[in-house]
Amino acid sequence: MSATTLDTPAPSRIRLGLRAVMGVVVVVLATFPLLNMLPQDSVFHVSDFLVSVSGKWICYAILALSLDLAWGYAGILSLGHGAFFALGGYAMGMHLMRLIGPRGVYGHPVLPDFMVFLGYQQLPWYWLGFDHFAFAMLMVLLVPGMLALVLGWLCFRSRITGVYLSIITQAMTYALMLAFFRNDMGFGGNNGFTDFKELLGMPLNTGAARASLFYASLVSLVGCYLFCLWMTGTKYGRVLTAIRDAENRVRFLGYDTTSHKLFAFVASAMMAGLAGALYVPQVGIINPGEFSPGNSIEAVIWVAVGGRGTLVGAVIGAFSVNGLKTWLTSAAPDLWLFVLGGLFVAVTLFLPKGLVGLLKGRAK
Amino acid sequence: MKRTILLLFLLLAAMPARAQDAFLAALPGLGGGFGAQVEAVGQLGTLGDPRALPILTALSEGRLLRLADGTLLIRDGTRLLNAATGAPVDVAEADTQRVTINNRVRGALRGALGQLQIISPNSAERLAAADAIFRARSAENVPLLDAALARESVPEVRDRIALALAASRLVATNPADKLAGITALGETASPQARSILLEARAANPEVATQIDAAVAAIDQRLAIRRAAETLFQGLSLGSVLLLAALGLAVTFGVMGVINMAHGEFVMLGAYTTVMVQDFARDIPWLQPWSLPIAVPAAFLVTAAIGAAMERGLIRHLYGRPLETLLLTFGVGMMIQQAVRLIFGAQNREVISPPWMQGTLMLPFDIPVTANRLWILCFSLVIFGLILAAIRMTRFGLEMRAVTQRRPIAAAMGIRTGRVDALTFAFGSGIAGIAGVALSQIDNVSPNLGTGYIIDSFLVVVFGGVGSLAGTLIAAFGLGVINKMLEPWAGAVLAKVFVLVAVMAFIQRRPRGLFPQKGRAAEA
Amino acid sequence: MKGRRLYLDGVSVVFDGFRALNNLALVVEPGEMRAVIGPNGAGKTTMMDVITGKTRPTSGIVTFGELDLTRMDEASIANLGIGRKFQKPTVFDALTVFENLELALKAPRGPVACLRWHLAGAGRTRIEEVTTEIGLTDRAHDLAGILSHGQKQWLEIGMMLMQDPDLMLVDEPVAGMTDAETEHTAKLLARIAGRHSVVVVEHDLDFVRALGCKVTVLHEGTLLSEGSIDHVQNDPRVVEVYLGR
Repeated sequence: MSATTLDTPAPSRIRLGLRAVMGVVVVVLATFPLLNMLPQDSVFHVSDFLVSVSGKWICYAILALSLDLAWGYAGILSLGHGAFFALGGYAMGMHLMRLIGPRGVYGHPVLPDFMVFLGYQQLPWYWLGFDHFAFAMLMVLLVPGMLALVLGWLCFRSRITGVYLSIITQAMTYALMLAFFRNDMGFGGNNGFTDFKELLGMPLNTGAARASLFYASLVSLVGCYLFCLWMTGTKYGRVLTAIRDAENRVRFLGYDTTSHKLFAFVASAMMAGLAGALYVPQVGIINPGEFSPGNSIEAVIWVAVGGRGTLVGAVIGAFSVNGLKTWLTSAAPDLWLFVLGGLFVAVTLFLPKGLVGLLKGRAK
Repeated sequence: MKRTILLLFLLLAAMPARAQDAFLAALPGLGGGFGAQVEAVGQLGTLGDPRALPILTALSEGRLLRLADGTLLIRDGTRLLNAATGAPVDVAEADTQRVTINNRVRGALRGALGQLQIISPNSAERLAAADAIFRARSAENVPLLDAALARESVPEVRDRIALALAASRLVATNPADKLAGITALGETASPQARSILLEARAANPEVATQIDAAVAAIDQRLAIRRAAETLFQGLSLGSVLLLAALGLAVTFGVMGVINMAHGEFVMLGAYTTVMVQDFARDIPWLQPWSLPIAVPAAFLVTAAIGAAMERGLIRHLYGRPLETLLLTFGVGMMIQQAVRLIFGAQNREVISPPWMQGTLMLPFDIPVTANRLWILCFSLVIFGLILAAIRMTRFGLEMRAVTQRRPIAAAMGIRTGRVDALTFAFGSGIAGIAGVALSQIDNVSPNLGTGYIIDSFLVVVFGGVGSLAGTLIAAFGLGVINKMLEPWAGAVLAKVFVLVAVMAFIQRRPRGLFPQKGRAAEA
Repeated sequence: MKGRRLYLDGVSVVFDGFRALNNLALVVEPGEMRAVIGPNGAGKTTMMDVITGKTRPTSGIVTFGELDLTRMDEASIANLGIGRKFQKPTVFDALTVFENLELALKAPRGPVACLRWHLAGAGRTRIEEVTTEIGLTDRAHDLAGILSHGQKQWLEIGMMLMQDPDLMLVDEPVAGMTDAETEHTAKLLARIAGRHSVVVVEHDLDFVRALGCKVTVLHEGTLLSEGSIDHVQNDPRVVEVYLGR
């Protein structure tokens, strides 16, 4: 026996092919804001609409990546990832609200409009610090991370898995939605936050701001992708896969599976929070509707359609399902929910490995 | 007391002759200055002559007019009537002057109208009058109320008159009357009685002890009533949870199949009710039966859809609970959208049959809406039927055999596929029946089912998967706990607390909640 | 001589009124090899579940050296140095043979340690040794999911070897193996014993004889007989349980 036979083999051609697909997607997206600057009559011109809508899709792709890390790798089917996304969005929204300053309708130097309207005398303590960008960014990661830590610790420790865990995560986002709808929570009730003015000194209604946010999202997507790629490539990634397939067996090998799952769940929640934070300044609003359980489960279908357990699959799924949604909701709005429901049925029955599975099948 | 009654007898005996004169004598005062008006209004009220009612009503509504000679007229629509005789008069309205009043007169009018209406033949008017007198609180009304109480036959009105009487006695100058009033008020469970007692406390230091005792008695009675009310509300919420969860207790609890379209089956049951009702609308003899007919109809509709879903889709995914969850969610989404396109997104109206309308009074004056009470009973009946079906029928036996040890059941000649389909259809049918009941208290819209899936699941898990009795206890337990928390925490936080409590419970009793049997939903 | 003594006394496990273990006593000295036999339902697997923390005993003492195993979870017990090969091989299908062995390799088990893990020369050498030992060198980079049943058995044994435990609990190691493989396994276990304590649960009496160690016979959750293979085979109670009715 020679040592060379046991050397780790090079990544397979399929895997390299998928990474190439990811590269192409990123490069094509990167040209969008540039092509947007071409004259309108040019064949290569990319409309404002496409730039802004694909900016949103990039955020969704980050959310899909985070969900894929939890579901595809660690086997935690979270039906509440939308809550982490929304919490990140709210943290960013709080920062943007603080930046409005005296430019609100009521012109109060500190309090946001809705607080003046509701008769607040001073800023609630949990709003303090959000005027600093760095603090807000920290909260974007920490708030979803802490929620995931507490919820995950409670669930994983008591060995709640499978559909039980899924329903509990769904109940979590449902409860948060109800809570955020209340005015006395201090988060703007059902109107949420809107009328943002600027971010990092940059007025939000300009093309330059749109392009900057677009590139920030794209860089984040690439960063998250590389982070997940690295993570799943280490022994930790293999432990996660092993936990997904046979958690009890992993315990008997001496791994404390609770801490491993918790680590992945928290990292995933933080990524979802980041996605939400990038999303909010691009769409200009955040309200409790983002917590709706339907949003979370829609994110699950992106991952399922693309192919769970492959990072590129999650990204492709987010882009393709959302592309379809954008097209269908204008072309045939009544049909969209049938198509979405049909996607759930078709993917689970006929395409358990998603589009990427289809590609892999072709490649073989 | 004796003296009052004697006085009343005298009054009543003298009425025909004296009242006539006094009525006519008091009338002109209404057209005088504010002071005279107050006096005249007071006299007319105390006299209790029914003819005074339209006149005082007209005065309070600004329809009393005065001619230059002082004759009073009532404007009734376009006609003008003589106030004293009620006969139409031929006078141009331009020649008249409206009789104006001030707030003091208005106050006097309220009391007098109450005094007059208390003898009205209409019980609703008497009720309103008793309330008006209660608010006015004057010792003068005591004899009037005493007489009214003696005549009154409607229990609800009697109670209110008694309350008004007690309140009027409270302001009497006679200490014996006052004490009688305090005692009578202390025997009620009325928050209003409590507040007027507290009001009277400062003005009557000599009876402060008695007032305190009366207030304490009321407080105790109110507390009991509040507790009983909360209990009923909790049980009512529990019955809704039970209905919603029972179908899931069969499909998920017994069979181990997670069905996220469960809420949509409930919604379909509610829409079946709407359709049966629309169908029966033009057939008079069928109309009162539309709700009872909707129960089997909803069962059949949702059971058929459930069976089709199990055979066509779910059976390909046995042993893969997470995929089943996603698939059924997708089906639910399509059902919801189909209903939205067919019936529209807006709420559909469901008419409750007469026997489900109105409010009943339980002991301690606990108001109970009839439909809630019916649903509570209905949920228990359905629960009993399901238990009987599982425990006592051949189908129930086969169902338990298949879920507990599939290969052996198959080896014994049970057609397991058929049992799977029937079990799922059974659970779905129960969801449909729940929809019939929920259509009576919830908005029938395509989103009806969305809110129920999480609650149902929590109930089933809390009660112990696979245990129907556990589902029953969990539903009522969570319902009561929720309603107990609501006054302190508000509806939303109460829900969040219950959620956290269920999670804490799972922490303590994870084994009791996840029995590993049948095709338990384990990922 | 490394290792600790495994000590069970008065151990009972009751499931819904059924006594899977009834006042069981067992002592395995460091470095000892012990075979456990018994008819179906004798409680052999439940005994292993109790030792490895999968099942909490209703009553009784289970210690490993000075440590009370009834208070620890599966992962902590595994990290103490108790390895287990399951009756039904459960390997990680989505990972390669090499990766399966790498996961089992004795190394820090925390998430951060796993993220920073780099397979060094000694670890790689160890994996190569074990791969050779279990005869899967050619399959090292194939997914475990496509192995045959016998190969999965070997991989399970390999994973247990990688853990380098003080005590190995081996549940039916030769089920589904050829005669040659069975012989190989007996030799392998005999070689391991001495360095490690080994408890082997097996139905195959020829295999147990080949191990040549002390034998414990369980029946209805309690200890029936203990001694050399010849001793227990001639014990009238054992004969009655296996043959008589």
